[in-house]
Amino acid sequence: MSSKQIQRRDFLRYAGLSGAAIILGVSNSSAKAQELEVMTSLDVASTPYNFTPYIIIEDTGKITIFNSKPEIGQGTYQSITALIAEELEVSPEQYIVQQTGGESKFGPAQFSGGSFSVRSSYFDMRKAGAAAREMLITAASQQWNVPITECYAEKAQVFHKPTGKSLKYGALVETASKLEVPKNPTLKDAKDFKILGKSIKRQDVPLKVTGKAVFGIDVEVPNMVYASVERCPVFGGSLKSFDKTATLNIAGVEQVIEVERIFGVYKSTGVAVVAKNYWAALQGRKALKISWDYKGKETFSSKDYTDSLHQLAQKEGVEDANVGKFDETYQNTSQKLEAFYETPFVSHSPMEAMNCTAHWKENNTLEIWVSTQVPSDIIRDLTGRYGLKEEQITLHSQLSGGGFGRRLAIDFIIEAVNLSKSIQKPVKLIWTREDDTQFGPYRPPTFSAMKGAISEDGKLVAFQHKVISPTIMSFLDPNHDKTKLDQNMTEGISHQQYEIPNMKNTFVYSDIHVPIFWWRSVTSSTLAFSHECFIDELAHAAGKDPLEFRLAMLTKESDTKRLLLKLKEVSKWEKPLPKGKGRGIAQWEFFAGLGGHVVEVTKLSNKAVKIDKVYVVIDLGTVVNPDTVKAQMEGAVIMGITAAIKNGISFAEGKTEQSNFHDNPVLRINEVPQIEVHILAEGGKTIKGVGEPGLPPVAPALANAIFAATGIRVRKMPFDIDNLS
Amino acid sequence: MKTYTLSVNNKTIKVEAEPETPMLWVLRDYVGLKGTKFGCGMGLCGACTIHVDGQAIRSCQTPISTVKASSKIITIEGVSEGLHAAKIDHVVQKAWIEEQVPQCGYCQSGQIMSAVALLKANPNPSDEDIDTYMAGNICRCGTYERIRKAIHSAAKELKTEKGTTKRPSNTR
Repeated sequence: MSSKQIQRRDFLRYAGLSGAAIILGVSNSSAKAQELEVMTSLDVASTPYNFTPYIIIEDTGKITIFNSKPEIGQGTYQSITALIAEELEVSPEQYIVQQTGGESKFGPAQFSGGSFSVRSSYFDMRKAGAAAREMLITAASQQWNVPITECYAEKAQVFHKPTGKSLKYGALVETASKLEVPKNPTLKDAKDFKILGKSIKRQDVPLKVTGKAVFGIDVEVPNMVYASVERCPVFGGSLKSFDKTATLNIAGVEQVIEVERIFGVYKSTGVAVVAKNYWAALQGRKALKISWDYKGKETFSSKDYTDSLHQLAQKEGVEDANVGKFDETYQNTSQKLEAFYETPFVSHSPMEAMNCTAHWKENNTLEIWVSTQVPSDIIRDLTGRYGLKEEQITLHSQLSGGGFGRRLAIDFIIEAVNLSKSIQKPVKLIWTREDDTQFGPYRPPTFSAMKGAISEDGKLVAFQHKVISPTIMSFLDPNHDKTKLDQNMTEGISHQQYEIPNMKNTFVYSDIHVPIFWWRSVTSSTLAFSHECFIDELAHAAGKDPLEFRLAMLTKESDTKRLLLKLKEVSKWEKPLPKGKGRGIAQWEFFAGLGGHVVEVTKLSNKAVKIDKVYVVIDLGTVVNPDTVKAQMEGAVIMGITAAIKNGISFAEGKTEQSNFHDNPVLRINEVPQIEVHILAEGGKTIKGVGEPGLPPVAPALANAIFAATGIRVRKMPFDIDNLS
Repeated sequence: MKTYTLSVNNKTIKVEAEPETPMLWVLRDYVGLKGTKFGCGMGLCGACTIHVDGQAIRSCQTPISTVKASSKIITIEGVSEGLHAAKIDHVVQKAWIEEQVPQCGYCQSGQIMSAVALLKANPNPSDEDIDTYMAGNICRCGTYERIRKAIHSAAKELKTEKGTTKRPSNTR
């Protein structure tokens, strides 16, 4: 009995549960499948058996499956746990989900990013489920004293085929937990899948339609205070002095103290107002009198920065790829084309602005509640930063109100921890929407100088994509060598499948002090714009249909070719559109995967179009949940259109010019075109990513459609589709 | 600090707050109803939508001092309890599940509060009606097409329910 209790305590500790934390789950005992209940850790009254770190089956029959890929809207709550459940032979309604908190037993890759979640988990998570299934079947065969081969598992029970008798998993866990964990369990054949490959309803959805889902911002812990931080409005400026008198006179305000925000090499000190409630903290912040030292950065503007990138474009740059003889061929071909493309800084703007609840306790332990994409990184960073051991940090990874890359950063978490360490209280730090919009980090801008030469028979014989941009790595790595190529900033430009005999792609580094970071598909979302629009320009210059021009450069079998042929079919590319309409095509292949789009627009006037329809084809190889993929594609199209026609962060006098959704707008329901999604999942060895590949071709396909409808060639994002130029 | 009496989800509660405190923070931090979300603080995104006397309003723009003690406030938690007539609440939530609307889900409390108010005012909305009414609610994940579908299917379901419940109420 006592050993069981220790095991349970271990479970509670390792699973990151304390009295205050809650697990959200869908009740499996209730007759009404959609009825929900909130279970506190105190409900775990039975004995849990830990099969692999990812599965806990209690002797009551309750099954918990851990999700190590944070749910940020992309559906890992269902898709990752489904990988385990499929092999474990439990139905979606038979288990509850818990997110992991960066504990090392769950491995170093507890993060959602790079469209990695499903493809990196596909075999490992299934193995975890299969191992537990084999142990449960073995346990049953031992209890019944029958051969293992006569037993099988289904719906959280083991059955004996000849007699039909069965035992529930809960009744088997004690025996099963004493068995050795099989190292190479047999995985199910895909044709026997009950969950994988099917549009299973997500277990987090009922929570999200009832207001019961707990996001980071919803966490409450005893004796918690609230904080809001005033930061230097000019990037690179520093705090000189502040007067807190008026702030301390506001009812509810408790303290005003300095706090440091750290984003890689970017550090800034702000003034935190700590109060009994968040509204008081906001009022206190308004009453602060602060003197900043702008350190000369108040002269920075987007206009000057844009000019500097244009000048840098004269430089040769460092090579990303050099195939054949670009210079010579370009020189010697008569039909040449040059174009310059520009993209802006953009914000992530997830609906849940950054927030973190942190509690630095007297005994030097730290507890954190946060919506994050990177539980593993948080533990790694904070143990190093504060000299703590892993056991001293408990991280509660909450559901995230969007991520899009912003929650790969932990600047706001460090800020909250610093604050709690100073005031020795649990504190919930919440960024306002203005903070979120004005302080970055942003998706970096990339400018592209394009060159192309077309032979007399209409073939692309020489191609150059020169990228001019700042680099994300210069913020993340203090030793980053700015004279070297940063492949993050040339993502995909040398890896398209087009068979171009002479190609020289280069990169020119540009300095920046404004924090920049990953953003859903990052530079693929800006470089695909210049690359695929320029291919379109070349096609028109060659007098070819843009799709046929691309296919002519894809003589070998490739995923890209298959994708384009599918797009051709589903968009009825060969059927002419009515007068006044136009369509454009684009595709993009990069490390995260491969997607392609056809966009159809209607010309409203000489300078305006309406977006009618977007066809999406995503190439996956293997799909875990088609409906979730469809949802991701719909979202990617909308985010891609937003970035193309709405978003854009600009700077004047060193400050961000935008502040909230009125001047940094996102697409709304009345602006959304029809979206038709097709998934290529024909098996195959490679599993490709989902979250990002649906985004990069959106802007170029739209710009190419605008050209087809109006003759206007758009080379700068964002562009106003109501007033094109 | 003043003491205010409020009717939230058919429960009478007393709250001590500064008069200008927005209902958003009153509900979240004083009453403990976290389903109503903070998105922008300027009435631009609709994440904080609640009902006051049947009207969908932005709680981040509604100081507690402007809400009468007699006013009936309904939040997403009230919708989950089915406080609206004709089962409209659960029909909308079920449609949301059926269409698998939410991705991150953060804006969906507000979306559903707007959708319930829309269907109460207009039981048979067209796509255009939906676009007009729902344009105040931002979804960064891009679930808009599914929201449209869910509202249509909820409207259809409500019509069917009305048809089947009509007869018994007439015979009574």
